[in-house]
Amino acid sequence: MKIVVCVKAVPDAAGRRIDPSTKRIDRSVELAISDFDTYAVEEALKLQESTGEGEVVVVSMGPERAMDPLRKALAMGADRAVLVTDSALEGADLLGTAKALAGALEKEDADLVLFGQQSADGGGACLWSAVAERLRRPVISQVSELTVENGALTGKRQTEFGYDTIRAPLPAVVAVSDAINTPRYPSLKGIMGAKKKPQEALSAGDVGGAEGAATTVLALNPPPARGEARKIEDDGSAAEQILEFLAEKRLV
Amino acid sequence: MSVRPSDYPPPWSATDAVQAPTDSADERIDVGFLIVGAGPAGLAAAIRLGQLAEEHPDVAERLGDVPVAVLEKGKAPGSHLLSGAVVNPRGLQRLFNGRKRLDEMPFYGPVEGESVLFLTKRRALRIPTPPTMVNHRNYIASLSQLGRWLAEEAEAAGATILPETSAEKLLVDAGRVVGVRTGDRGRGRAGEELGNFEPGSDIAARVTILAEGTQGHLTSAALDRFGLRSENPQVWALGVKEVWKVAKPLREVVHTMGWPLRAGRRYREFGGSFIYPMGDDMVTIGLVVGLDYRDAELSVHDLLQELKLHPRVRRILEGGERVQWGAKTIPEGGFVALPKKLHAPGLLLCGDGVGFVNVPALKGIHYAIESGRLAAEAAWGTLERGASSRDALASYDVSVRDSFIWSDLQAVRNMRQAFGRGFYLGGALAGAMTATRGRFPPGNARTERDAEQSLISTDRAASYPAPDGRLTFDKLSSVFASGNRTRDDQPNHIRVQTRVPRELAELWVRMCPAQVYEVGAADGDGTVEVKLAPSNCVQCGAITAKGGRLTPPEGGSGPEYTLT
Amino acid sequence: MAKTLVFLEHHENAIQKGSLGVLAKAAQLGGEVAGVVIGAGVRELAAGAGAFGAATVFAADDAALSAPLPQPRVDVLAKLVRDEGFDTVLFAQSVLAADIAAGLAVRLEAGLNWDLVDLSGDGVGKRPALADSVLVDVGWSSDVRLAIFRAGTFDAVETGGSAEVKDAVVELEDFSTRAEMVEQAHAEEQGPSIEDADVIVAGGRGLGEPEKFALAEELAKALGGAVAATRAVVDAGWYPYSAQVGQTGKTVSPKLYVALGISGAIQHKVGMQGANTIVAINKDPNAPIFEFSDLGVVGDLHEIVPKLVELVRARRS
Repeated sequence: MKIVVCVKAVPDAAGRRIDPSTKRIDRSVELAISDFDTYAVEEALKLQESTGEGEVVVVSMGPERAMDPLRKALAMGADRAVLVTDSALEGADLLGTAKALAGALEKEDADLVLFGQQSADGGGACLWSAVAERLRRPVISQVSELTVENGALTGKRQTEFGYDTIRAPLPAVVAVSDAINTPRYPSLKGIMGAKKKPQEALSAGDVGGAEGAATTVLALNPPPARGEARKIEDDGSAAEQILEFLAEKRLV
Repeated sequence: MSVRPSDYPPPWSATDAVQAPTDSADERIDVGFLIVGAGPAGLAAAIRLGQLAEEHPDVAERLGDVPVAVLEKGKAPGSHLLSGAVVNPRGLQRLFNGRKRLDEMPFYGPVEGESVLFLTKRRALRIPTPPTMVNHRNYIASLSQLGRWLAEEAEAAGATILPETSAEKLLVDAGRVVGVRTGDRGRGRAGEELGNFEPGSDIAARVTILAEGTQGHLTSAALDRFGLRSENPQVWALGVKEVWKVAKPLREVVHTMGWPLRAGRRYREFGGSFIYPMGDDMVTIGLVVGLDYRDAELSVHDLLQELKLHPRVRRILEGGERVQWGAKTIPEGGFVALPKKLHAPGLLLCGDGVGFVNVPALKGIHYAIESGRLAAEAAWGTLERGASSRDALASYDVSVRDSFIWSDLQAVRNMRQAFGRGFYLGGALAGAMTATRGRFPPGNARTERDAEQSLISTDRAASYPAPDGRLTFDKLSSVFASGNRTRDDQPNHIRVQTRVPRELAELWVRMCPAQVYEVGAADGDGTVEVKLAPSNCVQCGAITAKGGRLTPPEGGSGPEYTLT
Repeated sequence: MAKTLVFLEHHENAIQKGSLGVLAKAAQLGGEVAGVVIGAGVRELAAGAGAFGAATVFAADDAALSAPLPQPRVDVLAKLVRDEGFDTVLFAQSVLAADIAAGLAVRLEAGLNWDLVDLSGDGVGKRPALADSVLVDVGWSSDVRLAIFRAGTFDAVETGGSAEVKDAVVELEDFSTRAEMVEQAHAEEQGPSIEDADVIVAGGRGLGEPEKFALAEELAKALGGAVAATRAVVDAGWYPYSAQVGQTGKTVSPKLYVALGISGAIQHKVGMQGANTIVAINKDPNAPIFEFSDLGVVGDLHEIVPKLVELVRARRS
């Protein structure tokens, strides 16, 4: 079974900020694999270990120096890394990213494509659904438990209403939540061996070309002030005052 | 009846950090040369080894797949590096030997001017710069950034750097250092193995170079194990510093003495502050205080906050914003506290770990780099055909003694200790020493263990400013500004007695810049419980000087400095 | 003039409040506004949406749509957008809605902006970024615009109108139906998880002792929320790490965060500063939490909270 994990290299937490000149996240700081994606890498490795065979490939899209954080996935145990890197893809939005990743994934022809549930810096974008649409494959997200057997997968999907159990035949796309496992620390041998594993760079041309963005970032503003903050001292009626406040805001 | 921290020694002994190898041959990791610490000393050694390997590829072959490995307990090289710093470029120039120009190195520029101020609470009196402190032809740098750059150079020279890897045990076999054992990862608070538990590994090397910096964990164990300790105990100072974005550029390097430290002999408050420009839009300010201080209420962090209220200092920071904070100890024993030998079978010792710091000049980085370079050459010597490893390693001691490290430190050897006799007398003696290049007063003054100073209590804390969140800050938000986001659920790495006299507990609470310690329930007999929040720890090492012991926590923990 | 389609998510035979809120916003922005309800046996539900601002509601009613899976819904929405010429499709954030919107964006080659807290008539969305420390103006350059609004941003407004219900064509791609629901979620009894909760009641050292967490639990239950804890109390063993909110714990952004006996150190703040409304009770008037709470109460939580619990219960019944 070939499992491809899509990971994103994001600015390491300490350095995250928006560059006022480009209005996008400042990517000149240290990059690291998004924490959320390490759960996906771990799940891929666990599946590989349980079946005793297969290949785990990590695929990412980013600047050249994103190859460094990809090595962490190799150090954890992935077999190969592929980085789609091209200046034409800088600042790509959901559509552009989905197209480029899908292009790389088509070359890999994986049985299972895994994503982490959320991008640590972009937040909220369902890249997995967009990629699954391009690949014309079934997709299940928010998976907190995954089993693969006889060419099909069963996933426990967490929604606001509880857990659904969903089944889909392979090939499929799955986004795993951070409840699914505890990612392993790379062993020292793993770290030292990572450099020797195959690392491939693909250009925009290799994956079907770049696309103009369909969304734009127009301006950065300071957030609206929190609004008038009230501070009271309890004179015996604090509970009532709190209730009134909550009622005003329709929170109760 | 006075309390001394040394009366309550920590539950720890050097033998806890030394053991025989336990991994089997295929579990163990074999490298050529192993360096512990990706700081200036360790990376200089790695770079020099890389140069030698390039010059002698046939000899280098004997080092195997991983000729040089550097272990770093921080998240990345630079994460645990903190200094002022004004760097004497001599070490870097000798290391790169023409391969790199000064303008290619990550400096903020040469020192353009300097002043030394004697402060009182409201005034600043400019005093002539003491000759030992002249910084002409030196360069301003962030040690964290310099470390990051040196790490890239080391990797380009062929070294393998392993971040997030702590060196927990020194591996000794038949009286010889054969490598280190790295720390486990993935243990819970009670030491239990968590889901992603990863045990440490034995790393075996033909020579191990310890470049751990101040309070080096394995360095200390090695000094005991091989009987290398000087008669004079090492002493330390604690430095707490901040990096600020500022509205107006600072055009000179500033050092201050006097307030807020007290001159009286009974206080033993030796130290001063530094304020350095970092380019046009940043400034770094720090306060360094000897840990032989006696007042249980003394808090270097809070004294730094107080210092910022001085009109002369406030002016520099006006309109600015704090962007980083950090703390670290500096070895201050100097020449008289250097180990008897800097090597042992299979082992070489460098840098701050053995105390190569020129206290009056506030310099240590170029000595660290030079010692790393010399260690690399000595280690390389073990590869020469017919060489005896013992002679090759012993040659390190010889070359250090022949170097500027030795002559510089010898010239200033009694200066720090003179200040143990109070600021004014100390100052006079220091002047005499400088004038005579160390020949007067003759002999070597002794050092006294920091932990043996008996405690006093004044009401020093009454004048610490309440943090306003703009100019002055509390400890917790400062820990945040160090980039520290250490995993909470891991074993406590600080060895300290947890039932001690109240005064000692209060000493620790104030001493620790990261608010690790807290006074718990009183016992009725004058003792209290000491509670710890180890994940706040920025691994400054102050506790080791004052009655406890810092051991390395899980790799990757601690601060994530980038500008310190 | 915009022609807007609002995805009306439903669960257990009721349209989700969030979707109705987005519908109200669309109605307020003007132009033609239609809703769409997708599932099995949903025609009645579709009719009811008229009271909340839709002139037309499409019902895509088919047994194949009964499970709340995203891909068949992409098929329905794409066809509807193309057939009816909608230029704007709006969603209220949910796990399902986010999956649908992303797939639909690719299908229609339409720009998608998510996590919006507002949208103007001239097509500018407002989106918080970097833990709500910055508000970004975002736009679209595609013909069709897709947007997902942050949960609970808009309130449903009952206008009392009625809608014309039209049938939406249901034509499903082969790959859309490969995922099948084996067992659908049951109603959860233990309350929402911290990450999903609209209301969180968090306890800190000010609670005094581990047993006092019962106060936080009762208040959370009364408000229908989840219980969280600070690092200090988790360290002390009063509550499990899974409930820890903060820099080294979870980051949450509920509609309401009630902080009991919490000082508000920055390590905690960064985990919850995105909450819409913050109420703090602490007996220390100088606690930093008062600097960023909407309602700060200086007082004894041991007296205030039990009373508050009674009042909330009374009000809700």
